[in-house]
Amino acid sequence: MPSVKTTPAQYSAMAKEAVPPSPSFKNIPLAFLIGGLICMLGQGLLNLYQYWGLTLDRASGFVSITLIFLSALFTGLGCYDNIARHAGAGTLVPITGFANSVVAPALEFKSEGLILGLGAKLFIISGPVIVYGLAASWVYGIILMFMGYGGMK
Amino acid sequence: MAKKLGRSTFLLEKHPAILASAAIGGKMEGEGPQGAYFDTISNDAQFGEDSWEKAEGRLQQLALQTAMQKAGVSAAEVDCLFAGDLLNQCVGSSYGLQQFEIPFVGLYGACSTMAESLMMAALFVEGGLAKRAAAVTSSHFCSAERQFRFPLEYGGQRPPSAQWTATAAGAAIVGCGQGVSVNAVTVGTIRDLGITDANNMGAAMAPAAASTLTTFFNDSVTHPADYDLILTGDLGQVGRDLLFELLEKEGVRISDRYHDCGLLIYDRDKQDVHAGGSGCGCSASVLCGSILRQMAEGRWKNVLFMATGALMSPTMVQQGEAIPGIAHLLHLKA
Repeated sequence: MPSVKTTPAQYSAMAKEAVPPSPSFKNIPLAFLIGGLICMLGQGLLNLYQYWGLTLDRASGFVSITLIFLSALFTGLGCYDNIARHAGAGTLVPITGFANSVVAPALEFKSEGLILGLGAKLFIISGPVIVYGLAASWVYGIILMFMGYGGMK
Repeated sequence: MAKKLGRSTFLLEKHPAILASAAIGGKMEGEGPQGAYFDTISNDAQFGEDSWEKAEGRLQQLALQTAMQKAGVSAAEVDCLFAGDLLNQCVGSSYGLQQFEIPFVGLYGACSTMAESLMMAALFVEGGLAKRAAAVTSSHFCSAERQFRFPLEYGGQRPPSAQWTATAAGAAIVGCGQGVSVNAVTVGTIRDLGITDANNMGAAMAPAAASTLTTFFNDSVTHPADYDLILTGDLGQVGRDLLFELLEKEGVRISDRYHDCGLLIYDRDKQDVHAGGSGCGCSASVLCGSILRQMAEGRWKNVLFMATGALMSPTMVQQGEAIPGIAHLLHLKA
């Protein structure tokens, strides 16, 4: 005879009740603030690169490269995760989050070697984003083609 | 010989004693409320090693070494060693403890390993199979994160129900002689009430804790009032609330004499650990550090120590399976 008579269904309701809610009143404004600051930095860099004579196209490419570099640098210095702990989606959503998700496993798994560690596990977090991002872009491309916006003329 | 009571409780008639114990911790554990009770605090998270796994092995090595020193025994005088940890193949134990050349039984009980190993050590001494036996376990925040969750530098946000794996180890030497004695043990059964959230281990373990505790009270025909302290391993805030609720339904009230190692090891207001501490090393270091010392000093006489483990496999959780829990109980007497 089981010594505790609570059923899984009853327990599931109890467990839901017992978990404190995420502090959204704090998380959402912080994500907005820090995410906004990152985007502002991006805008500043865009203006700067244009001021230095790059075309808009080129300049936005350089902005992405700079932000990826900074994110990788801060991840390597060990402070990115401390910012992200408070920023949440604010650091995750911009391109910085993607860079961090590649650099973090690179640092972590280098102890298992360059091939089976770093190489094999580099995309352990970002892998699904790449796979489904690419797959979605194919679908999008096919739809565009049938709508007559295809590149083949 | 041990006498079996009811379903799964064993009364130890020779009262094997914990001759000595040791607790080792990391920097954050040293800064917590239990800081003063650790034998050694290392500010170097790598413990002088070049990988997190080896660092965890070193934690166990230090714990066993210190406990043997305090008991005044050499490795050759310990007949059997029961140890385990959270890592795959329990490498913390196998790499950390091989140098002692003590006959070794590796255990996996997730975070319940301190109770599991101490129970086995006590039963071996009780049965006359060992004159002295050792129980060791550890956990390391960094080795656990990389195996069960994310790389350390990954920037993510943890939900409020998540717990912080303690970087700590505990070791105890059991034999016949002076010390806190093990009077009874209850072997836990696996309990699964359908929790699938790997960020809510407390909820996954609470049913096992409730089950083992009520089994012990039924088997031994005793009540919570017969004990000064009922100490669980690492249920944390969420698990503790659920345990109270589950027991309430069985008509058992323990809240006036209850503590949880996961809530004792860190200061949740100052240290960013969400629902509390967890990991084998959490209950191991709190028991082997402060609790056993406070029992020797006379603060507690009758203690029920019940370490809880979430038998969580990332593979099974990804396949949509629930997380089974287990809890083993020891009745300790000063």
